[in-house]
Amino acid sequence: MSATGIIQTQTLEVSLGPQHPSTHGVFRMDVVLDGEYVVKLKPVMGYLHRNHEQLAEKMTWLGSMPYTDRLDYFCSMTNNWAYALAVEKMTGLKVPERAEYIRVIMAELTRLLNHSCAIGFLLSDCGAWFTPVLYALREREWILDFFETVSGARMMCNYMRFGGVRVDLDDASLAMARNIVARWPAFLDEFEKLMTENEVLLARTQRVGILSRNLAINASVSGPVARASGVEYDIRKVDKYGVYDRFDFGVPVGEAGDTFDRYMIRILEMREAVKILEQALRDIPAGPFIAPEAKLRNFKVPAGDGYGRIEAPKGELGFYLVSEGGAKPYRYHVRPPSFINLTILEDMCLGQKVADTVIILGSVDIVLGEVDR
Amino acid sequence: MIPPLEQVREMLSAGAAKSSLLVEREEAVAVAQFLKTDPQLQLDFCSCVTAVDYIKQDCIEVVYHLYSVALKHGPVALKVRAPRALEQCRMPSLTPVWRGCEYQEREAFDLYGVKFDGHPDLRRILMWDEFVDHPMRKDYVPPMDYEWEPTPHAETLARAKQTGGTVPASALEAKK
Repeated sequence: MSATGIIQTQTLEVSLGPQHPSTHGVFRMDVVLDGEYVVKLKPVMGYLHRNHEQLAEKMTWLGSMPYTDRLDYFCSMTNNWAYALAVEKMTGLKVPERAEYIRVIMAELTRLLNHSCAIGFLLSDCGAWFTPVLYALREREWILDFFETVSGARMMCNYMRFGGVRVDLDDASLAMARNIVARWPAFLDEFEKLMTENEVLLARTQRVGILSRNLAINASVSGPVARASGVEYDIRKVDKYGVYDRFDFGVPVGEAGDTFDRYMIRILEMREAVKILEQALRDIPAGPFIAPEAKLRNFKVPAGDGYGRIEAPKGELGFYLVSEGGAKPYRYHVRPPSFINLTILEDMCLGQKVADTVIILGSVDIVLGEVDR
Repeated sequence: MIPPLEQVREMLSAGAAKSSLLVEREEAVAVAQFLKTDPQLQLDFCSCVTAVDYIKQDCIEVVYHLYSVALKHGPVALKVRAPRALEQCRMPSLTPVWRGCEYQEREAFDLYGVKFDGHPDLRRILMWDEFVDHPMRKDYVPPMDYEWEPTPHAETLARAKQTGGTVPASALEAKK
């Protein structure tokens, strides 16, 4: 106590991470605290940096397909698709219809898997230690089993090829996928019954970490985080890549842009993904699963540059490629959604309590394999 | 030189699906402001920023991929070029126009050595702060061994001399 009777305080700098359990990997936040409130926050990344882009520039076009699995290691299927899409744009390869349907099925299953885990881990961050995420992981296991049956690997699927996919889906695996889709609504109902109206969850997440619509657009935020802030922008609807124009599905959009909206938007997106899956599994046509003219060996891409992007579960995943006409890319750049969504982390955390930064980070849903590349 | 801005609008609305625009460094901010605010273009979403090292043309090109959330069109690729030499490799930052460029321009600075004038916080982002080189440049030679940071071991230096490998400049400076 000072002579004037006012307690002298000073700000405190805390380094959250890189080994902090709630940072979803080796990620660090340098936080300046005034009491319990955040006055400054700088993310520090690069602990997993392996110069993925340079590795890819030294390999053949197809050679880096397995490496894209390691970007966002939850969602290898969508990573494969984004890379294949960018290359197909540059070469003009036509993808057969059955392959397009298979890709949609794989991508939407990936979305189910990613979102269920994302909200499971978010609830772990809130302090519901491992009960919700256990349910999420239980359901994820069904999808991983399916991926293993089809591609031979649970997580690092390396499944897509330029002009199609690597292996066809047989009737048994289609039936397996239908089973997963059939049990998902019941899981979501159970999950929501436990969680959505839980008073503690509401108190911790509502009006916490608000992101305004204008800032979300200006800061290139994409995916569920942007849509929770009211940005009605879904690349599946805007670009209509693949066969997404054939399915009837909605794009849920939030209003408040707070952590609760980012939680809720993922639940709603899973319900929409189930709708897409039901239609895709009903309508999947017979035919080839890879374009007959697609070459696996001696594959070359005409000179020029191209940008291909898809709506990955975490946001806009894009690949910017420059070719000189050879067997290797001249430039290979990944536009990682979780890296760019971190731009506004400081804006969302300012004025919040230090305990809330962990929840806000959880609601952005990052994977460090993709942030650091 | 780029054409007057009115013509840019017509060019882009004619083939908005696949357009790219190469502008001079001095004009980059003005063009960016125009692309963002023009009511017919409204390119308010700067999706992807990256650099490409064109070693044969002796330039580094920074590419901005722009989309419009309001009008749902794009992409327009805005390209700006700078000489490769490290002292001259600089251009105005577009972060004041699109906040989403902030980390991506930091990444281009880190990996390619492009200095963005007017960037609020231009630091390395993926490599560590003490690192000196810019590893995505085409003429970058990786060092033989990172393990001896901050000072190289005698054997590694001898091996580097024999095989023509390099050691990071930071390590040599520390040894002086």
